Amino acid sequence: MLQDICTFVGAVILNFCRATGQMMLLFLETLSRIRKVSIKEMLRQMALLGADSLPIVLLTMLCTGMVFSVQTAKEFVALGASGTVGGIVAIAMGRELVPVLTGVVVAGRIGAAIAAELGTMKVTEQIDALRVMATSPVQYLVVPRFLAIALMMPVLIVFGNFIGNAGGYFVAHYYADIGSMTYLHSIKQFCEPFDLFGGMIKGVVFGAIISIVGCFKGLNAKQGAEGVGLATTASVVLSIILIFIFDYFLTVLLYVGE
Amino acid sequence: MAESVISLQGLELAFGEKRVLQGVDLEVKKGETMAVIGPSGTGKSTILKVLIGLLAPTGGKVFIEGQDVSSLTEEEWNEIRKHIGMVFQYSALFDFLDVGENVAFGLRQHFRLPEEEVRQKVDDLLEDVGMSDARAMYPVELSGGMKKRVSLARALAIEPRIVLYDEPTAGLDPIRMMNISRLIRETQRKHKVTSILVTHDMDSVYEAADRVALINNGKIVAVGTPEEFRHSEDPLIRGFITGEEITGATEAFR
Repeated sequence: MLQDICTFVGAVILNFCRATGQMMLLFLETLSRIRKVSIKEMLRQMALLGADSLPIVLLTMLCTGMVFSVQTAKEFVALGASGTVGGIVAIAMGRELVPVLTGVVVAGRIGAAIAAELGTMKVTEQIDALRVMATSPVQYLVVPRFLAIALMMPVLIVFGNFIGNAGGYFVAHYYADIGSMTYLHSIKQFCEPFDLFGGMIKGVVFGAIISIVGCFKGLNAKQGAEGVGLATTASVVLSIILIFIFDYFLTVLLYVGE
Repeated sequence: MAESVISLQGLELAFGEKRVLQGVDLEVKKGETMAVIGPSGTGKSTILKVLIGLLAPTGGKVFIEGQDVSSLTEEEWNEIRKHIGMVFQYSALFDFLDVGENVAFGLRQHFRLPEEEVRQKVDDLLEDVGMSDARAMYPVELSGGMKKRVSLARALAIEPRIVLYDEPTAGLDPIRMMNISRLIRETQRKHKVTSILVTHDMDSVYEAADRVALINNGKIVAVGTPEEFRHSEDPLIRGFITGEEITGATEAFR
């Protein structure tokens, strides 16, 4: 019994270490091949993976900004701190909510799509066909997606901040009667450009995580439709977990002691 | 006597405990089409995957055009792959590219040719395989037979010296099977390529192959011409070709 448990735990640890190592190798190979990226393919992926995600990111951030404002505005007005609502909403959106939620939305939409696309290519021998035609799947498939998402995430985050703060302002103004100038002055008083830039840096890291995990899971999909489904689910779950873990360390690195 | 372009010497390959290839010896001469036949699961397609570097052998030697390729890096393999075309069992066409782009893929990746030349070459190849009208179609719009023909055109686009066919007629109706077999024969005559044809289909073997190798349990058990196979009294060969219950053969193929 004890031996079985040890064997099981050992196998889980070994598999975890193997997958982590393989993912790191994929990441390093991707970095080493970046200079040979096909610009045309990268731009196509940026449109496909980035620009097409804009509506859902905007909708998510609008709702988030509005909800956050609803939760804070009336309470802060009651405490006589109406002059801080704009700043608090903007800081929370810029540093945490927009980067993390954009990461989660993109992981669900794009990470899943990448894993499904590459997984299908794997099980239909298209990945083998690329190798047979002397073309590296990492160079042809992974590098353009990696760069496209890593570059588009900060752009999505800028738009997300704009719409999220607009939503926050709208609710604060019409729901809690906070004046326009008070709200905007609060943002100006409490926020610094680095609140936005730090969020954009997080976005680059989250984009890299989503693309590498999605590509890794897709390229290692097991045979059949079930394998593609499992790869897709695993890609989303792992991406989101890694986004939350990395978010903590990035927050400490970027904002603590600033 | 023509030189050997492909030489397998005691080739072994195992997946964990399972030994798929158990000492395969095979010589394929320049310009000939060698058919590899045998029951399912005996390692036919595995031989092709070793020959193109998708699987690394666990024993023995593989020589391609005199070069030992048994333990090359991926980059070294890529140089060799530029001279080898492969037709996959399920075609493996890139579903995000149209037919013309699929055929042009190898040319655009590895040859700095003017776009006009690439287009002309693609047109010529599609005409050769009878697919001129499908240039702008996507793989999802093609039938199985059409996919195989496009796959053949894609494999030939880089003017390979060696072509590997993995079950090119599997899943096709008899007419399309014969069309593909004729295309393989015409390809060999026109482009002077050396080919290995992995198949179950004896009609395809009689139409396209110069020699045949029968594989069973991970070993080559017989080699000869299609005519020799057709008239062979060997129970293993007769058992596979006719599918009859022949004493010794049926048990051996299990």
